[in-house]
Order: sequence, then C-alpha cells, then structure tokens
Amino acid sequence: MKNRSIGLTAWLCALAFVAAALCRLSPPLFAATAMAAEAPVPSAPADKTAMLEHGAELSAIGDCVVCHTAKQGEPFAGGRALDTPFGTIYSNNITPDRETGIGAWSLDDFIRSMRRGVSRDGHLLYPAFPYPHFTHMTDADIAAIYAYLMSRDAVQAVAPANHLIFPLNFRPLIAVWNLLYLHPDVEPDGEAATPTPTPTPTGPASHQAQWVRGKYLIDGPAHCAACHTPMNLLGAEKRDDAFAGNVIEGWQAPALTTLLRAPEPWTHEQLAAYLHTGLADRHGAAAGPMHPVTQSLADASAADIDAMATYLLTLQTPAAPRSADTAPQQAQARTTPADSARIQNGATLFSAACASCHAAHAPMTTLGGRPSLALSTAVSAQDPRNVLQLMLDGIPIEPGTPGAYMPAFAGTLSDAQMADLAAFLRARFSSQPAWTLDQAEVEKLRKETREP
Amino acid sequence: MMTLLVNGVPHSLDIDPSTPLLYALRNQLGLHGAKYGCGLGQCGACTVIVGDQPVFSCLLPVSAVGTRAVRTIEGLGGTEHPGRLQQAFIDRQAAQCGYCIAGMVMRAQSLLERVPSPTDEQIRAHMEPNLCRCGTHMRILAAIREAGQAT
Repeated sequence: MKNRSIGLTAWLCALAFVAAALCRLSPPLFAATAMAAEAPVPSAPADKTAMLEHGAELSAIGDCVVCHTAKQGEPFAGGRALDTPFGTIYSNNITPDRETGIGAWSLDDFIRSMRRGVSRDGHLLYPAFPYPHFTHMTDADIAAIYAYLMSRDAVQAVAPANHLIFPLNFRPLIAVWNLLYLHPDVEPDGEAATPTPTPTPTGPASHQAQWVRGKYLIDGPAHCAACHTPMNLLGAEKRDDAFAGNVIEGWQAPALTTLLRAPEPWTHEQLAAYLHTGLADRHGAAAGPMHPVTQSLADASAADIDAMATYLLTLQTPAAPRSADTAPQQAQARTTPADSARIQNGATLFSAACASCHAAHAPMTTLGGRPSLALSTAVSAQDPRNVLQLMLDGIPIEPGTPGAYMPAFAGTLSDAQMADLAAFLRARFSSQPAWTLDQAEVEKLRKETREP
Repeated sequence: MMTLLVNGVPHSLDIDPSTPLLYALRNQLGLHGAKYGCGLGQCGACTVIVGDQPVFSCLLPVSAVGTRAVRTIEGLGGTEHPGRLQQAFIDRQAAQCGYCIAGMVMRAQSLLERVPSPTDEQIRAHMEPNLCRCGTHMRILAAIREAGQAT
C-alpha cells in the first residue's frame, strides 16, 4: 500500500516534469551513441595483467558482484532481485556471454552504460544501477573494470523480468529522471575537475592526495551514498542530506556524518579495519547489506581503504548543540513496573541465548576482538531496527569466507521475546533513552523483509 | 515450576528460567540424544525441534519455550523401532563418531516435514548450520535424500 502511494506520487511528479523534459530530451537519450564515440579511450597499458588487477580491485570497491549475483547463482551472472519502493528490479548478467551478458559490448558501449545508464541496444537502465555515481569515474578506471569483466568466464543466464509499478515500467520515463538527477558534467579526469577538499584537510600534501582519492572512490565506484543517503520520492539521493543515513532492505544504513558520536568515536584505524575486514573491535561487525560489501572490500588495497577512511572522517558534522540533552533523557528513561518486567525477562533470555558470546567475560569477547555490546553502534542507535534484524537473521556463515558469525533467532524467539531482549540490551548496554518498542513492531519488521 | 511438553509428554520442572533447554533435556529429563557441542549456536549438535522449527537448544532458555512442543531424537524412534529417517541414517551408515548425528537428524526431520521430497540444493541449504567433523556429509545427504524419496 505504501509502495503504491509512493509510486503514484512518483508518477504525478514524473508527469509534471514530462513536458519540460520532452523539450530537452534529445541530448541524453538520443545523443548517447555520439557521446560514447567522443569519450576518450585510453590506450591499453603495456601490462595487461596490471590492468586486470586494477579492474578487479575497482570492481571489488564497487561491490559489482554483490548486486550482479543471484542467490546461489554464478558470480556476475545477474538475476538478483533488488527490492525498491517502486517494485522489484533484477540485476543484469555482466559476464562476457554474447547473448545474455555483455560479451557483445564494446568498451564504448560499456562506458556509455556506466556514465549515462544506457544499455547497448539504447534502452535506459533503471537507476538502481548506480550510474549517477559511476558517471564520475575516469575512463581509465571504467576501461579497467571492462577489461576485468571481459576476462571472466561467460555464463549464460537471463534475469527474470522486472516487476515495477505502472508507469515506472515504461523505461523512457527514466530520461526525465536522468535530466533531474544525473549530473554527468563533473568528470574527475584531469587537474581542473579535481574536487577541492571541503573542509580542507590539514596536514601534508600526501594527506590531501589521500582525501582526494577517498572522495573519488566513495562518490564514484564505491557509491556509498546509494545506501547511506536518504532518498526523495523519486528514488534519487537527497543531495542536501548526503550520507545522513537511510533504510535499505529493512536495515538502517547508518549516517556516515555522525561517526564521532558513536559510543566510542570512530578513528581512522577502526574505520579502515571495518571496511577491510568487516570487523572493528571497538564498534562491531558488519551485518545485513553491509556484510557482503565489506567482504568485497577485502580485495581493495590498503591504500584505497585508507583513502576512503580519510575522506569519511571529514564528513563529520558536529552534534546539535543541545546541552540539556542528558537530563530529559534520564527523566524519560525512568522505567515503569511493566518495563522492568520486560527488561527482567530480557535479562533471562540474554543469559541463555546471548551470554555465551556477549557476556563480559565470555571467551568470544576476548578471542577475535569482538567488542562489548556497550560499544555497539546498533545497540546505541536511535532506531532498534538493526538490533532486531541482527537478532532475527544473525550474521550468516558463508562457506569459504572469513568473518564474524552470529546465529539467527528468527525461528527460536517470539516477537514479544525479541522486544523484551531488545529492551534489556538497551537498558543494560546503552546510555541512550529506552526505545519505544513492542512485539507489533518486531512482527512488522519480521514481515517486512522475510518470506512468509 | 514450569511445564515443558517434550515428545508429547508434559513435564513439570522446578528449574531456573534461564536454564538452556539442552540442559533441561539432558539433566532433568534424561534425554541424552541432543549433545552439548560448542554452546554458541555454531555447531548444531544440540539441535531439537521446537514448534516446527529446528533450534539450537543450547541457546534457548526453558522459559522461552512456552507452550511450543519440543521434539528430540528420542521422539522419532528407538533402537528397537527406529523412525524412517533414523533407519535411513543407519542404512547409509551416516555416522562415524556420531556426536553430531542427533542434531543432524532433527534438523533434517524439520525439513522433511515441510518439504517431503527435497532437492539436493534444498537439503544442502537447510543442513548448512550443522557441522560434522568426521566428514560424513555425503552419507548424511544420501540418508536424507533416501528418507525423502521414501515418503
């Protein structure tokens, strides 16, 4: 129901813009072939291996494989369902299969799709494919990704048809969206387009170069804002609210502008460790949709991880100056007898279900650097969403990949038990005010992201 | 006092509510099929069926079981009259040391109740949480497949 109303709003907005857009439609839609021709194609580097390695690394930073691989499917063969507020979109096969993949695509075709969101046959791709980010990548980098993808085994696989709400299933409407939200003008090629650090990072030139590299990676290939920035009704990132956090696939993608307000402020080292390994020993492990992202980032170079951490730490905004913050919170945190009973029940559940890993002296807290829940971003978050998702789904084991594991409790604990446990965690491990949370909310969340 | 319904029989227990179900089954009720492996929900040796779900009984407090029926491997059959799935495990000689087997059987049982003739892919995905250190996986898969086809 909610999805439909968003869809209708989108339709009305689209209509409002359609007239204006039609006048200006031709450049992005019909001149795309010409654009691809004029894009400078770098001469192949002497060392093809180096180019493939570079492409593989960029592809890891861009997490291409995460969206372009179906559950239990072949890597890059597409077919993964992406749930959007506008319906379900299935990712394309980007293996070099000539019939069902991109095997017949020239480099120009590929560059055009990355920069303009136009497929080889000219149809417009949905912006679930983050070309508004990839448009900022250099030609050399796009060419490296192309070389890497083309070096892989071809897999024959056709993605299922998209299920989108009318009229968004009418692809030419994307041209309107592109007019509004695709900003391809900024090309990071060359000195002139190099962004000016704001705020200017202090320190030696090497630090500034690292910042520039980090911004390029985060805004371009890594497309972090695609999940971490709130979206408007048309599914475009709110540029004025960049990195302020968003809900993705039922999980809270936390704000990246408040890293210094975590229970323990994030440091460069912690951030780099988190991105590279999926575990920061003073914060917690990557879970939900971020889990595969960090698995992919394991293949990025330490230098690029450092660059991203450097840039991310300059995005921080100061906390709103509400000095009287703590007093009302404490007053609000006064618990009723009913709350106490729930917290007591949560404590009982904790001691059997969680304590063997999460109690203060559990071996799991000293082996492998798992932090206390008091340092957990999720437990101190404004919204209980990620704590509940973690309890429901855990952090699954993926055979052959390292990383943290947590068993799922969706089949074990009831909605009411989940709510009690969350209430206990909040009271015991966070100084933040209690969540308003009951079993109905858990039930809603359970239904939101899970098949019945 | 609390009541646990185990293998169709109600039991009244005077027990700390935070006691893991596994301890109650083994220590209070003398049902030694489910095993203590890791105590962390990582190995699956303690798997029993609660309601219709396979659960790690080492991580479920007895107070959280509520009115849900608990089933352990003892409920499927015994030495004299093994159940169909148990017989398939015997026929395929799917155990080496056997420590994981009660958990394996109960997790597989929950699958067969939901999907009577599962595909290999379904079996593999469903059995993933349970570990066997001896490496009898191929025989375990064969036993589940056989029990599935027999239905």
